[in-house]
Amino acid sequence: MIRGTSRTVDIVIYSILTVIAFLSLAPVLNTLAISFSGKVAAMSGQVFFWPVDFNLEAYKSVISDRSFFTSFGVSVQRVLLGGAINLLVTVLMAYPLSKSNKHFPGRNIYMWFVIFCMLFNGGLIPWYMTINTYGLLDSIWALVLPTAVPVFNVILLMNFFKGVPKELEEAAGMDGAGAWRTLVTIYIPISLPSLATVTLFSVVGHWNAFFDGMILMNHKENWPLQTYIQQLIISVNSIMNTTDPEEIKRLSNMSSQLLNAAKVMVSMIPIMLIYPFLQRYFVSGIVLGAVKE
Amino acid sequence: MRSRASIWNYHLMLLPGILLLIAFSVVPMFGIVIAFQDFQPTLGIFHSEWVGWENFEYMFSLPDSRLILGNTLSIALMKIIAGLTVPFVFALLFHEVANIKFKRTIQTIVYLPHFMSWVILSGVLINLLSLDGIINQMIQWFGGDPVMFLQSNHWFRFVIVSSDVWKEFGFNTIIYIAALTSINTNLYEAAAIDGANRFQRLTNITIPGLMTTVILLATLSLGNVLNAGFEQILNLYNPIVYESGDIIDTYVYRSGLLEIQYGLATAVGLLKSVVSFVLIAASYGLAARFANYRIF
Repeated sequence: MIRGTSRTVDIVIYSILTVIAFLSLAPVLNTLAISFSGKVAAMSGQVFFWPVDFNLEAYKSVISDRSFFTSFGVSVQRVLLGGAINLLVTVLMAYPLSKSNKHFPGRNIYMWFVIFCMLFNGGLIPWYMTINTYGLLDSIWALVLPTAVPVFNVILLMNFFKGVPKELEEAAGMDGAGAWRTLVTIYIPISLPSLATVTLFSVVGHWNAFFDGMILMNHKENWPLQTYIQQLIISVNSIMNTTDPEEIKRLSNMSSQLLNAAKVMVSMIPIMLIYPFLQRYFVSGIVLGAVKE
Repeated sequence: MRSRASIWNYHLMLLPGILLLIAFSVVPMFGIVIAFQDFQPTLGIFHSEWVGWENFEYMFSLPDSRLILGNTLSIALMKIIAGLTVPFVFALLFHEVANIKFKRTIQTIVYLPHFMSWVILSGVLINLLSLDGIINQMIQWFGGDPVMFLQSNHWFRFVIVSSDVWKEFGFNTIIYIAALTSINTNLYEAAAIDGANRFQRLTNITIPGLMTTVILLATLSLGNVLNAGFEQILNLYNPIVYESGDIIDTYVYRSGLLEIQYGLATAVGLLKSVVSFVLIAASYGLAARFANYRIF
């Protein structure tokens, strides 16, 4: 693209984009600063983007909070189990669906079925009752099985698989490779960026989900982390519901705003850790999967 | 030519996914019959009394119905409009930047909120918008009075729409940026030779080049007018702002699971599912017809 001599315009554009990027992060930076600040400073609104009266009290309190770690453990378990199931199911569905109807008669029937399941559902109450009937309430399987088929990811990967050169598959076929072998030795290695993308989406989805944990898990020790945080921050009554005297004492000693800020920050850590590694893949992954000529 | 054996392998590969879809998508669809029952959890689906359209009639007679539908539509429409325009403008600005490193940094930062949950972001927003939060501190600097953003029917929708834009605009830009990279760069060179300045190139090449994408996204978004954002609103609202923020999904959750009116909640949910399904099918149909778009 040809650049004019309009330096002023450039400066304005760079400045606007810098401001927008800063505003995107500002709320999180503010919460981060609060989590490291003193109680009085945090409660009286003196903290902007730098901690005032720096201390680690809030984080010490998070570390000593057993239910926080129980929930953290449930979430880690959920992400590992759910992520693995999602990936397996996505690959196994995307490959046959990427074949043409000529090569795989019946493909279109499967495709319409999958799309129908994506677009139409029975609604919340029947969904809840079904899972209840299966006896999955309060089980980790309630968090991973209902979302085991990430239809959107299947479509992304299927579109990517469609773009894999046919010659590769034919060559493999000549060498005597069957469908499974072709999938494992040709398609999977060639589509690592797309696999990274769909893995990122499903891991983030599992880590961030709170609602299923909230309605399907009756016992607090089965809550995933986001459900735990949701109940903590959002439910006005959460402090009132605590009957443990130690807990009440600890909460009254600590600004809940401060504590919540620290918990919000700790629960962001896993996303922050995987995001930079997978981020470079997903842009091309999405574009390749979504835009076809 | 594929052998018969490999076709059976294809069926076999699809089996786990299809079984899971049947168990967790198709089976719940049969639960829809609850919408036509006076459902009693103790009696179950097979023994509860059939009441025909009674739940639906009751639903339409509720004074809240109109309010909830209105809230859902207005919040969803505002989100659709903001969600189309903000990323569009951002992509145009972004396209004018030549420095690759700067571009990468900006992209990494603005995509990030998309990957955070509404639980986390509500935690952040509640603290940001509280009476002694940073926003109210700034309002007071400029001599204004502090505002209870999340307890005000006047401000609530504004908070909902703008926080949604904040979370998603970066991510929604991806598709525009992809469209921009596919514009033929020869056009810019030719225009420059003809003496077109930067602004003229923007209005004559870049914006027309993006129009198909805009129309496509607008068409597809029509299918979403009944989805105003359940997780976001559930985490940010409170009884004071039900009047301006209660939407179909939050209403179904409250009346169904909290107040145990299974029949009513299922009826409301069913109506929403059917209307949404029709709208989505229609919008994909339009997109296929006018923008030659296929999801598969």
